[in-house]
Amino acid sequence: MIATFQLAQSSNVGQVSLLGQSALALHDVTKSFDGRPMLRLPWRARPAERRVVAIDNVSLNVRRGEIFGVLGANGSGKSTLVRLVSTLLLPDGGKLEVFGLDVVREELRVKQMINRVSVDAAFFKKLSPMENLLYAGRLYGLGARESHERGLDILDRLGISKKVALAPMEHMSRGMQQKVAVSRALLTSPVLLLLDEPTTGLDPRSKKDVQRMVLSLRDEHDATVVLTTHDMDEADRMCDRVAVLDRGRIIALDTPDHLKQAGGSMEDVFMRLTHEEEEAA
Amino acid sequence: MMLVAARNLNTAYAFFERNWNLTRRYFGWEVVWFVYSVVNALTILFIAAATERITGQTVDTRFFVLYLLIGTTMWSYLSAVFDVVAETIAWERWEGTIEYTLMAPVPRFLHLLGTCCYAVTYAVARAVLIFAVVAMMFQVDLHMANPLTALVVIAVGSVSVIGLAMVAAVLPLLFTERGAQMTFVIHSSLLLISGVYAPVDVLPTWLQVLSPLSPMTYVLHAVRAGLLEGAPPGAVVGDLAILAVMGVALVPAGLLVFRAAERYARRTGRLKRSG
Repeated sequence: MIATFQLAQSSNVGQVSLLGQSALALHDVTKSFDGRPMLRLPWRARPAERRVVAIDNVSLNVRRGEIFGVLGANGSGKSTLVRLVSTLLLPDGGKLEVFGLDVVREELRVKQMINRVSVDAAFFKKLSPMENLLYAGRLYGLGARESHERGLDILDRLGISKKVALAPMEHMSRGMQQKVAVSRALLTSPVLLLLDEPTTGLDPRSKKDVQRMVLSLRDEHDATVVLTTHDMDEADRMCDRVAVLDRGRIIALDTPDHLKQAGGSMEDVFMRLTHEEEEAA
Repeated sequence: MMLVAARNLNTAYAFFERNWNLTRRYFGWEVVWFVYSVVNALTILFIAAATERITGQTVDTRFFVLYLLIGTTMWSYLSAVFDVVAETIAWERWEGTIEYTLMAPVPRFLHLLGTCCYAVTYAVARAVLIFAVVAMMFQVDLHMANPLTALVVIAVGSVSVIGLAMVAAVLPLLFTERGAQMTFVIHSSLLLISGVYAPVDVLPTWLQVLSPLSPMTYVLHAVRAGLLEGAPPGAVVGDLAILAVMGVALVPAGLLVFRAAERYARRTGRLKRSG
């Protein structure tokens, strides 16, 4: 086991003990948004307040080395949850910790430990995969040579040739772009990887490739993975535990096998749980 | 200590290298933009060349051409610095990479340092090329010029322009849909009040009040003194002092404003790729 994880290439994070800690802990986290514009023209009527509670008092604990699934309908708060952990949003209340570090107060140290793959592969599309990886590598403290060698190796393992790695990304398929997004995340050796619907819209082969990489990341690199998905089969096969979100609240949290004990597939479980909540509302 | 400095340099260089790669990949666009700038400068200089014919009065055409050439070149330089820095966020939003860049473990100071270094390098290269092409066509007389004064003023003045651009860069951060266009308003206002093509004292009084607020006013005044009258750096020390004070105040202010705006954007959910 790794007793201490030397945070790679960090200038100011020092060493963080990862042993025996939960990878991610949320304590009574809340987040809401109001839809009001920042500036209002004086002759326009004041819009009615449209406060949307995206995350409602959520507490959970993700164990180190776990693949933790987050399921929920569109607008249930999955992406907000991921964006809160990614430091892209500040919580209104509660506390988030990544390996014991407060996400708000120790932002830079947390950022060094995490990476994220979102549903849309976000790249400088005119640049090549290698140029994008070089940029990402430098942001996370890697030198050009290291990024180049590791980048080519990771891309090769995902079936992206050197020739393709050096050509602009704008002509690549979505599946290929998503593979580059996974490569970028792997390049920075995150100990907590946040995957926000990484396989949505991919063809079956690309989906399998990405899923294989996620599993190998956990098995070979000792990473913890938080995975949001609409694919119930994917959640069932890949996740050690699954939380179901509905209107910002956790309505179930257990292993896929336990959730399925009442009968049916994960999809049946999901439909049943969200339907019950709808009725209760 | 050295290791930390090297790592910080590597991080800041990420933005320089990325912008250089983007410039290379968008080379066709750069050519179009360069041609546009040259044509624009020529159009303005031909007004100077034709003034005698238009007015029927005797005019020192060579002086007038050089006066406007300094204006167009300096404006090209300063606006390129301003644009590259002010578009720090707008460009990321356009490409869809804003979330990825802002969740990376990079202090905002290093982010902006890398961007500013590229902005200055890019703007110098561009302005020198524009000046060279246009000067060739008009056989500009620079025998009186003191280039050292111009270089010192540009070096000192760039700092305050960078600070101002940092403040402008928060607009796309706060206004997800129209923020980029808002920076154009600042950009064009600076063009109007800074004396780019005419002395600021020809402006209406209410606009003249605003001129001292623009660092570009002092840059243009001092560069013209150096290139048109051969003034040594010591002769423009007043402008240099004001520019130095503005730089010392505007850069930390820009950084503070940027950080505050980023925090606001994180609180309200504006750090995303689209509006």
